[in-house]
Amino acid sequence: MEELIVVGNGMAGVACVEQILKHAPKFHITIFGEETHVNYNRILLSSVLAGEKEADEIALNSLEWYQKHGITLRLGVRIVDVDPVLKTVTGDDGSVTSFDKLLLATGSTPFVPPIDGVEKEGVYTFRNLDDARALVEQAQPGRKAAVIGGGLLGLEAARGLQVRGCDVTVVHLLDTLMNMQLDATGGRYLEAKMQQLGVRVLLNRITTRVLGESRAEGLEFRGGERIEADLVVIAAGIRPNAHLGKKAGLKVNRGIVVNDYLETSHPDIFAVGECVEHRGVVYGLVAPLVEQGKVLAATITGNRGPQFQGAQPAAKLKIMGVDVFSAGQVMESDGVEVVRYEDPAMGIYQKLLCRENKLVGVVLVGDAGDSHRYVDWLRSGADLAGKRRHLLFPEPAADGGLDAAQMPDSDTVCGCMGVTKGAIISAIHEKGLNTLAQLKECTRASTGCGSCTNLCQQLLRAVAPDFEEDKKKVLCGCVPFTQENLREMVRTQRLRSVQEILEIYGNGAGCEICKPALSYMVDMVWCGDHEEDRSARFINDRVHANIQRDGTFSVVPRMRGGVTTPAELRRIADVAEKYHVRMVKVTGSQRIDLLGVKKSDLPKIWADLGMPSGQAYTKGVRMVKTCVGTEFCRFGTQDSIHAGVELERRLENLYTPHKVKMGAVGCPRNCAEATVKDIGLVGQEGSWQVVVGGAAGKHVRKADLLITVETTPEALEAAELFFQYYREHANYLERTYDFVERLGIEKVRKETVYAPEPVKQALRERLSKAKALSRDAWLEREEPVHPTQFVQIQPLEEVLV
Amino acid sequence: MSWVRITIPENIPLREGRAVRVGGEEIAVFNLGGRFLAVENRCPHKGGPLADGIVSGGTVVCPLHNWKICLENGAVTKPAGESCGVATYATRLEDGVIWIELRGEQEAAA
Repeated sequence: MEELIVVGNGMAGVACVEQILKHAPKFHITIFGEETHVNYNRILLSSVLAGEKEADEIALNSLEWYQKHGITLRLGVRIVDVDPVLKTVTGDDGSVTSFDKLLLATGSTPFVPPIDGVEKEGVYTFRNLDDARALVEQAQPGRKAAVIGGGLLGLEAARGLQVRGCDVTVVHLLDTLMNMQLDATGGRYLEAKMQQLGVRVLLNRITTRVLGESRAEGLEFRGGERIEADLVVIAAGIRPNAHLGKKAGLKVNRGIVVNDYLETSHPDIFAVGECVEHRGVVYGLVAPLVEQGKVLAATITGNRGPQFQGAQPAAKLKIMGVDVFSAGQVMESDGVEVVRYEDPAMGIYQKLLCRENKLVGVVLVGDAGDSHRYVDWLRSGADLAGKRRHLLFPEPAADGGLDAAQMPDSDTVCGCMGVTKGAIISAIHEKGLNTLAQLKECTRASTGCGSCTNLCQQLLRAVAPDFEEDKKKVLCGCVPFTQENLREMVRTQRLRSVQEILEIYGNGAGCEICKPALSYMVDMVWCGDHEEDRSARFINDRVHANIQRDGTFSVVPRMRGGVTTPAELRRIADVAEKYHVRMVKVTGSQRIDLLGVKKSDLPKIWADLGMPSGQAYTKGVRMVKTCVGTEFCRFGTQDSIHAGVELERRLENLYTPHKVKMGAVGCPRNCAEATVKDIGLVGQEGSWQVVVGGAAGKHVRKADLLITVETTPEALEAAELFFQYYREHANYLERTYDFVERLGIEKVRKETVYAPEPVKQALRERLSKAKALSRDAWLEREEPVHPTQFVQIQPLEEVLV
Repeated sequence: MSWVRITIPENIPLREGRAVRVGGEEIAVFNLGGRFLAVENRCPHKGGPLADGIVSGGTVVCPLHNWKICLENGAVTKPAGESCGVATYATRLEDGVIWIELRGEQEAAA
């Protein structure tokens, strides 16, 4: 067996090793990694900083993977020397290891500009997992942070610090943010977006000095202007790590020079990734590096043939709600036609650059949903003459928007990992894949930035025989349509009653499955302005109480935030005695349940209680569980009681696809278990985390972070946006945790809290319309919807037994 | 056998049921749109109140565990293969009143 040594345990190196393994090589492989972690997804470091992902969620290869493939993994060892003649490498631990073939995948290091005082405490770079962890530690609410560098990484770092509560300023050398990827107009749109998110942007500033004694206290720019900053992050670009190449006597310019086969000037030494210079270009984005890895894997295993011929630069900004994509040529030039679309209110700017009916560049700000289309046009050099009318607006898909079906097999689905539609489909067939997880594991598709997840799912859905997500499930035999279709039908056909839907699109009868679902649907679509038909509701929603096994009912009054008063408790006690309530029980939701009540007593009990309905019997807003927060608790950092009570007040009396249980806690000790609720507000010093999709039922699921905001009003608004979005898009009886898992939290974020302002405004308006038309159901005690709603019918004549 | 005057049709909303206690029996009366059907108000499964169920065509679904009962003949149609059922009562609409026929020993009080 030949010894192959890989220096560098990062994405490019390990991706190449994965490809080498596919060639069934005759190598024993040793990987040296300077960091002490297994290979992780560096692209997602900013998600770790922003709290959207945990550090352990971004690992790409487990220790078991290394073991399974017989790879010797030596972590925490930096290779300091290469001897190209003896063919050995020397580690900083003094170890000397021989190789037959050497693969340098040493990546890059952050470029630190010449600034006085960068060695001061409080100054960080942002390049690896340890940097991300250090920044997470440092990013305390209220800290003034400055990020030097308004490129991709700088902006992502800025947003990450900002969601953690820091007051962030981005300082950029030039007059355009992301100037490598955007033109001046695109830069202005991006700048506006960043400012909107609360990140301050300073352009045309040359930083000359970090102020402060031993700790950073601020920055000084050329010309003498100063800003305060006690946390400084330098993200001013990267430099290839090419020094080992030099030690090995390889040809090195900016990076280690390689040819189209990824060969260096030494026959047994190869290089891949950010440390490499190919045809004068050093690549810093993952897609071309994966491409290089594939070529190199062929070369190094004796299958020399495939060539790397360079790649179009393509970049995507990974900040939720700030869509930026750019590929190919950015600036206008002679002979290039520009097709442009702008909508300042929506913050959308799109520009295509064409030469002789071929796409040569694309810039998308504000909406980058179609980026894969443009990437394919760029890559294939497709003739666009026939598409000129639709360049920026895709032709309507022939079959219900399943645009994956229209893609040719050669089209790339995953731009990060370079996986084509054809490769995915053959993997699904050959390996019998049925889940996204299996697809990721097998093809690596969707393991980069994750933006192709939907496409991958569409392909699985279309091709996998037993795809596990049964999305096309019809509601029931009475109305054989999916709920998504039905919602659309109700909306477009202006159907306002359940019976109308059943008669026009169904069998006219309906059943216990479709009637409550359709009842929910007409109420939701028309924001309460529908024709209510109680016969289509479950008994609980006809009498506003929960039917028990013996046909009696239970009564749970609303006690917002679990807060009550002595007077209320007295009335509850009186009611319990007066109506011979069989049991009085404190529920798990900080409320009181009166069990064993006769239907005919319900209106009288409600009147005596003088409290509103707690909706404990319905698919609706249950409650907000709270801890005492700053009101009493000596550890509290946020006023969870008032936030919780207000949240409950704003959402109560509305129907939802399934029950919605919420929680608000004043500190991360999480005493009211907000992280396993459908919607949770988790207070921390100076900010709230709004989390959604938690579960503590049959299975337990930790809620996903929707957004981190500074103030209580912002937290409430984020919760409302999610709430209304869930009402509008979830299927009936789909809990938030299944809903969030089905859609993916990224999509949910993008369509709620990070949606363009007009979209958010529309969500808010529909919610407030529904809220305005809603009322406490127990008021029907005074105005029943039917004279016999609660009463037991007495026969007109008595019969003797 | 005796016919008993139960209630006016307006007291039973369209596609809903109401329970009525008469002659020692608890009966669920349903309004199927101009037609009224009556069955024993007790699901053969666990005794659930059928009058509180959702009407599905000519059947009612028990609110406790979704057993489905035919309102015409009282048979259980879901789950399939159950041989038990509930008693049914003949009904008629006369003089603006719903009448139900009781079997057995009861007799109308004067």
